[in-house]
Amino acid sequence: MNKVKKITGMALFLPVFCMILVMAVNILYDAVSGNFAFSFFAISIRNGVLYGRLIDILNRGSEIAILAIGMTLVVSASAGTDISVGSVMSLAASFCCMLLAGYGVSSTNDLAVPLIVGVLGGILMGCLCGAFNGFLVAYLNVQPMVATLILFSAARAVGLLLCNNLIVYVRNDSFKFFGGYAGFIPTPIVIAAVCVAIMMVLLKKTALGLYIQSVGINKKASRIAGLNSEKIIFVCYVVCGLAAGIAGIVASSRISSADSNNIGLNYELDAILAVALGGNSLGGGKFNLAGSIIGAYTIQAITTTLYALGVSSDVAPVYKAIIVIIIVTIQAPPFKAYVKRMSAKRALAKGGAAA
Amino acid sequence: MKNKKINSNTLLLLITIALFVVMYVVGCIIYSSKGFTHLQTFLNILINNAGLLCVACGMTCVMLTGGIDISVGSLIAMDCMLLAVGMEQWGMNAVVLCIIVLLIGVVFGLVQGFCVGYLEIQPFIVTMAGMFFARGMTAVICTDQVSISQNAFFVGLANAKIQIPFGAYTNSKGVLQIPFIRIPVVIALIVLLAVFLMLRYTKFGRSLYAVGGNEQSATMMGLDVKLTKLKAYVLSSFLCSIGGICFCLNTMSGSVRQALGLEMDAIASSVIGGTLLTGGVGNVLGSFFGVLINGTISTLVKTNGKLLSSWSSIAVAVLLCFFIVLQSVFAKIKDSKK
Repeated sequence: MNKVKKITGMALFLPVFCMILVMAVNILYDAVSGNFAFSFFAISIRNGVLYGRLIDILNRGSEIAILAIGMTLVVSASAGTDISVGSVMSLAASFCCMLLAGYGVSSTNDLAVPLIVGVLGGILMGCLCGAFNGFLVAYLNVQPMVATLILFSAARAVGLLLCNNLIVYVRNDSFKFFGGYAGFIPTPIVIAAVCVAIMMVLLKKTALGLYIQSVGINKKASRIAGLNSEKIIFVCYVVCGLAAGIAGIVASSRISSADSNNIGLNYELDAILAVALGGNSLGGGKFNLAGSIIGAYTIQAITTTLYALGVSSDVAPVYKAIIVIIIVTIQAPPFKAYVKRMSAKRALAKGGAAA
Repeated sequence: MKNKKINSNTLLLLITIALFVVMYVVGCIIYSSKGFTHLQTFLNILINNAGLLCVACGMTCVMLTGGIDISVGSLIAMDCMLLAVGMEQWGMNAVVLCIIVLLIGVVFGLVQGFCVGYLEIQPFIVTMAGMFFARGMTAVICTDQVSISQNAFFVGLANAKIQIPFGAYTNSKGVLQIPFIRIPVVIALIVLLAVFLMLRYTKFGRSLYAVGGNEQSATMMGLDVKLTKLKAYVLSSFLCSIGGICFCLNTMSGSVRQALGLEMDAIASSVIGGTLLTGGVGNVLGSFFGVLINGTISTLVKTNGKLLSSWSSIAVAVLLCFFIVLQSVFAKIKDSKK
């Protein structure tokens, strides 16, 4: 009994458990449909690049993983979520493609400006959006969800304006790199890994992580203890915007175009889901970045599995919504209290029987 | 001394009304040649936004408790799809379908309200899950765009014109144009009036304000906070379903991407109308003007003809931002006075 409690009490229990569950479903599905049971894990090299379902999940899950970094910080520091990430992704992609193609051009093979300018421009746009959100939340005390609601609806529209209501195609191999392959590894995996590594080092080597947690647990107390609470929350939102910018560029490079209406659609749910699945409380405070990252890939695994099972992309949100509700219900304090009461009752009944 | 002191909340409402009047008058001056001055233009704003008005009333009630409901847009899409598919493909009776839609709204609200009230999960997360659930369920019902044309009763209802005895004019072709409204406008105005009276005179309405103002004090006063919250979400989803029927009468079709971003318009309308996001302060009358402002902006953009449609959502977002900042400034002033 104690051993079970020890395992379920571990920080990474929920994400890892979910991951194993998804893998089990995959193995079962393969076994039932007559394939090799472990084809889920098979990795091979085809046409000089890595190939396999795991690689696919790692590749496709990169954007969510990058977003999850920013979202984890935001959730931890401000006890709210940034729902504008999907739209900001789209805006960053639109801005980047507009810079690369030139205003009003809908399709180009040559870059109008150096690649680095476009990419940095896109990322900067993401930061700008993050700063806007951060300003509203940190300095004007607006509820995070409502503050980010503004960009949630406006960012896509601004992106459409930047692109002159067109889908801008940038058919240039150097731009395709970010969504393509670096050697034999898909570039998005590398980008996500680098982002995660930088953040991990930053959190380990500096006190930033501690500051963020303390602000999330009690803003006023941290302020009295000498922390600049507002600034820390502001920085978290900027990082979230930065992450959205990077994710947006990866997403647009994948399709070598800026489709303002579809890039990053529903990604905000996936990112929030990743944070919740990672065992982080959506009420702020303590956080676990590793959990969020595993959570992000778990969600991608769920999505891929759903598609493999023949669920259409329009219907997939139904399952994800159910998963969100189950996870947050498990985390909800009244539910926990109820479970505790029930187990106490059972223990009492057992004790009574023994006596 | 009958000098009634204007507090910051009435000021917000006054700003909203003034903004609407200014916006409309400016529109009349700029686009007078395009028929902006006719009564029908104003009525068209009502006709086009009848569904939104119902939703905004529900949203205001939820926001009064300090919560938020972003599932409304998807719920409307689901309602419209159900109505469209039910009438066209399953050949069901329109009245029965409408009752089913309303019941679904109530059940949807019950689940969301339970999660928010009794499980104490953040309203945003709950309704966001609801939003994706409803949008997904829309696709489960049907992934194609279905238009309603066979059900005579429903088509008749949608095409019914209620003529207004004044404001008639002859257009350039010499035909007399009598201004008219449609059934959804009547429904929406009844909803508005009902919610207005409910918030002002019923126990439930007052307890919404109390819960939003301060949960602890409300509990100490003996109010059932959890139940009040549950009821608020049920009301929101129910009104949203009424709005869905109005919306469907207007568009006469169902599609997966319908009413995308409607939740944003509803929230914006409430906020612009002076409902505080923190709860406890607000009025559906303000939301009504919020909806009108929303409608005026899109009408202005459409009348111009050259502007991209994304300008209207940007304009609404800018307004929303402006009012949020205004609210927070007022809140800061209030704090410093204490």
